[in-house]
Parts: sequence; structure tokens; C-alpha cells
Amino acid sequence: MTAAVFFGCAFIAFGPALALYIFTIATDPLRIIFLIVGAFFWLISLLLSSFVWFVARAITGNRDGPIEKYLLIFGVLVSVLIQEMFRFAYYRLLKKANEGLKTINPDEPAPSMRLLAYVSGLGFGIMSGVFSFVNTLSDSLGPGTVGIHGDSPYFFLNSAFMTQVIILLHMFWGIIFFDGCEKKNWYPLLAVILTHLLVSALTFLNPQYEISLVSAYMIMVLTGIWAFFVAGGSRRSLKRYLLCQDKNFLLYSQRSR
Amino acid sequence: MLTFMASDSEEDACNERTSLMSAESPVPRSCQEGRQGPEDGEDAAQWRSQGREEDQEEDPDRYVCSGVPGRLPGLEEELTLKYGAKHVIMLFVPVTLCMVVVVATIKSVRFYTEKNGQLIYTPFTEDTPSVGQRLLNSVLNTLIMLSVIVVMTIFLVVLYKYRCYKFIHGWLIMSSLMLLFLFTYIYLGEVLKTYNVAMDYPTLFLVVWNFGAVGMVCIHWKGPLVLQQAYLIMISALMALVFIKYLPEWSAWVILGAISVYDLMAVLCPKGPLRMLVETAQERNEPIFPALIYSSAMVWTVGMAKPDPSSQGALQLPYDPEMEEDSCDSLGEPSYPEVLEPPLPGSPGEELEEEEERGVKLGLGDFIFYSVLVGKAAATGSGDWNTTLACFVAILIGLCLTLLLLAVFKKALPALPISIAFGLIFYFSTDNLVRPFMDTLASHQLHI
Repeated sequence: MTAAVFFGCAFIAFGPALALYIFTIATDPLRIIFLIVGAFFWLISLLLSSFVWFVARAITGNRDGPIEKYLLIFGVLVSVLIQEMFRFAYYRLLKKANEGLKTINPDEPAPSMRLLAYVSGLGFGIMSGVFSFVNTLSDSLGPGTVGIHGDSPYFFLNSAFMTQVIILLHMFWGIIFFDGCEKKNWYPLLAVILTHLLVSALTFLNPQYEISLVSAYMIMVLTGIWAFFVAGGSRRSLKRYLLCQDKNFLLYSQRSR
Repeated sequence: MLTFMASDSEEDACNERTSLMSAESPVPRSCQEGRQGPEDGEDAAQWRSQGREEDQEEDPDRYVCSGVPGRLPGLEEELTLKYGAKHVIMLFVPVTLCMVVVVATIKSVRFYTEKNGQLIYTPFTEDTPSVGQRLLNSVLNTLIMLSVIVVMTIFLVVLYKYRCYKFIHGWLIMSSLMLLFLFTYIYLGEVLKTYNVAMDYPTLFLVVWNFGAVGMVCIHWKGPLVLQQAYLIMISALMALVFIKYLPEWSAWVILGAISVYDLMAVLCPKGPLRMLVETAQERNEPIFPALIYSSAMVWTVGMAKPDPSSQGALQLPYDPEMEEDSCDSLGEPSYPEVLEPPLPGSPGEELEEEEERGVKLGLGDFIFYSVLVGKAAATGSGDWNTTLACFVAILIGLCLTLLLLAVFKKALPALPISIAFGLIFYFSTDNLVRPFMDTLASHQLHI
């Protein structure tokens, strides 16, 4: 528990999100605003789910023991559902806002729904990651020995990696979700909700990190590939990008994707 | 208070002020006719932003000319949209910086969280055995503090109305002197103590002297815009820290709520002191208190290039309501919470030569109270960062909504109510509902 652990875990958890923010979002003020509003929507969903959990706990009388664990599981599942509901609500809001923007100013290109999907997913992810991990991070600066009572010594590392995976997952889920809503295709939505439930449920197996963390990463890679194809990528475009043959990308055109 | 400034004259086909005044009549053309009055130049100081805000669902026509329906969208709309999101970010950055400074200080320097007495403006103690008594005391403290602020604001408005510029000027200089020298010295002393760094008196004198002198020059006279903005952020943070230290717990929350309500009334009611201040300044075509308003654009604050008597006089009118009182005290914050329109340079000719920038102005009182809210969340949230972050996001969203309303209504608006309301709601709900939930989740390493 030193500065090394603090910085290491902080960069593991938030490094990709920070890079994404700096390179894609920080340049355009409109995207920053959409990101912060996305974060706000996630925050409201968290508030609602905490309220539900609080009420459930108050009803069952605040007893300790196994019932606490069941209540927590219930709280987690309800929270996932509420988060997805708010993702849908944010989609509806953005749809209306986009229409408003288009009517007012038809010349300037309004941000496309795909871009907004990415930004909103990232907003959800960043807020989710920050809320899960920042208290643990600040504790890691202080003195202590991890796992002195027989728990796993990899507590911080696991939390950091899990946070990273959740942030990236939220981003991919956002893209897939919005695309499903746009095409009025309800299966992607169902898939997003189910994978979210799956990833959260896997964390119930902690501290057996191997299962939960490895499966979460596998799910992330699969979801990432799906999101890539949903967002319009293809094997050809990937090859062109990797071999630096994509002229459009090289010229960094202003088309918003 | 939020106001905005327009730098170009050609865009102002419709002067916001006049359009607002003529908004009562449903005739669309009144927008163009209403050119008379103070705003001969362009500077209606209105920022027609909007457009890029994400939650705009209203009819686009509403954005035309302060709500006069039926007017065709024209040049104004485009400009409105072009500058929308950029100005929101131009305000997000300083507000975030101020909050970061305050939170960093609160979390590291223990001086500002120790209870060391109270201001004379909050004489009732909160150390009472019963909850009811404590609540009563905090309400009484709030009443006293608020009445002090109201009296100071009215006094200031009266002084301004009767053109006692020298008095106001002197008052403001005294307050900024105190903030820049005394409070900085105390702050530096506490930071050095926290990190156990020794500094000898000659070095200290040199550092504080340079900091303070450059600050006085930048704020009250001319200086690079970025430096002026940095100084304004620093003094807002210092003032917020003083409040966090000296206001007792419950009184601070009740005061925050009461100040927002007062701000709402003072800026929007026809006889509100701040509204009268703004209107008087606009009639006289003078910039209102440039030193105590944070301005996000270049032009106004760097000092007028041409010597124009009216603007000179107005420019020398830095307004430091807070600082004026006595040392530890705040005062007429509500004066700042308004963003005043930049009445600007008297003659139309001397506009901004180079600056085509339009900007938004936010009063320093807003900075101070936002930082007080977030700082208190950081200080009392039992070491919890979630509460601080939730309040931070809530305040930013409130600011965003206020700027959206500013673009819709196109007149000076109070910047405190929405943000403080969101901030308070999120503080109490996060502290009591979310914190136990997230703590339990984190200890079991469950992720939602």
C-alpha cells in the first residue's frame, strides 16, 4: 500500500478511459457536455438503485447474516436493470435533442447518433468506474497490509482491472444499445442487458478472481468486436487502418462517425 | 448571475435588451426597431448561445429574439449555435479548477476543517444538546447572515446609483488587498505547516508581496486575461475556504439554500437590488464591476485600449463586495452571483478590435458558493469521495442548465439556484443512500 500501488491501480483502472477522453472528447466542447450529462444520468440511476436497496434493507429490518448478502445481490441486479433503463432514457433525450439541433441549424453537421452512443457509453463507464473505485484508491495511499486476515492479497489489483473492464464494457454496450434502438431491433438491447447482468453476477464469485476477471475480459473482447462491426467497421477498414492506407483517416476528416 | 457578452456589433441585429423589452409585444419586427437606448453599440452583452445544448426540445422559434414567436431564424440563430457549447466549457473549466483547489486544500490541510470559532455573523453556536435547538440556531444564523448580505447589497446599489464611485472603488481595493495579502499569507502558512516545509521570513515576504501586487494590478487594472482569471479563481477559492472553516455545519447548508433563494429573487424580481444594479449599469452604459466578475472572453477585461472617460470610470470600478466587509466575512455575495452584462465601453467605436470572442461572465459569488458546497461535501463526507464527485457533477449540470436558460431568456440570470439545488439534493442523497450501498459493494468486490 504505497504510492506505487496507488498510481499503478489508478492508471490501470482509468488509463484507457483517460486516453479516450483526451484524444477524442476533450477537443470538442459539445462532446464534453454530452459526456457529463451521460455521467449525470448514470448517477441518477445509481441514486435510484441505492434507494431501492435501502428500502429493501429497511423493510427486512437491517439484520446481518446471509440475508444481507441476498439483499446485496438483489440490489445489484435491480441496479443493472435501472442503469439500462436510464441508458434508454438518455437515448430518447438525445434523439429529441438531435432533432432540435437539426431543425435549428441544418448547415452544420450535428453529431451523429453513433458518436453520441460512444460518448454516452463512455460517460456511463467513467462515472461507474470512478464511483466503484475511487474510495478504494484513496485507501490504498494509507498504511496497511492487504489480506492480512487471510483474504486475497490481490484486492487492489483485481478491483483496478475490474474497473477497467467495466468502463470499456459500458462504452461498447452504449454503442450496441443505441444502434439497436436506432434500428428498432430489440435483440441487441436484450443482449446488452443480459451481458451486463452476467458480468455483474460473475463478480459475486469474488474473491475467486480467475473466473470473474477472465470471463469479464473475454466478454469485453467479444462485445468490443461486436461494437466495432455495429459502428461500421469491417475487416477491410481495419486492415487499411493498420497498414496506414486509409486516406480518409490519415487526413482526419471531420466527418463524425 | 450569468450574463453574456457580445463582441461583435454586426451580429446584433436585434439587441437582446431591447428585444427583451419588446418581447411583450408579439410583433416580430419590434426586435429590429428597438435599437434605441443604451445599447447603441453592439454590446448588448448577450450571449445567444444555445443550440448545442443537448436538452433542448423546445420549438426552435423560441430562441429567436428572446422568445418573440414567429420571427424567422436568421443570422442570430447561427451565431447562437456556434458559440453555445464552447462557452459552457469556458465556464466549466474555471469552476472545476476552483473546486479542485478547494477540495485539494480541504483534504490535505487540516486547518480548514478544524473548528476554531465562528464569524460574528453567525453568533449562535451549534453545540447544543438537542436537535431542535441546533436547527433553530442554524436558522437564526442564516437569517442574520442573509440580512447582512441584503443590507450590504442595497448599500452598494445605493452607492452606485448616486455615483459614489470613489467610495466603491476604495472599498473594493481594501477588500482585494485583504484577500490577496492576508488570506494568502495565512493559506501559505498553513500549507507549509502541513508539509513541514520551512520558509524564512524574507522569502515569505518576497513571495507574498509579488503574488499580491501582481494580483492587484491584474484584477483592478490591466493584465493578461489568463493571469486575471487565475487570480480570480484563487481569491474565490480562498474566500470559499474561509467560509468552510468559519461557518458551522448546519448553518452552512441552510445558508446555501437561503442564498440561492435570495439570488433568485434579487435578480429576477423587478425591485430586486441586483436587477436594479444591472439596469442602472446598462442605462449608463458602463461595465459593472469588472474586477469581481469572472469573464471568459478577452475583450472586456484586458482594459479598454482607447481612453474613453465613461469606460475609464467604469473600468476602475472593480467590485469586490465580498471582500469589502471585514476580514472574515462575506458579504454581498449575492451581488456577484449575478453575471452582469458587460455594459462595456461607452463608445461603439472602440470595440474590440481584435477580439471577436463572445464570452460569458459569471460572478465570483457563484464560484465561491459552488466551492463551498463541494468543499463542505469533501470535509464532512466522512472521507468519502463519492459524495464530493456527485456534488461536482450536479453543480456542473446545474450550470449547464442555467446557461441553457440564459440562451433562451437572454437576460441576466441567477446562477446559484439550479446548481445549488442539485448540489444539495445530491449531497444529502449520496451521503445517506449511495454511500452505504457503494461501500458494501466495494467491500464485497461486487461491481454493478
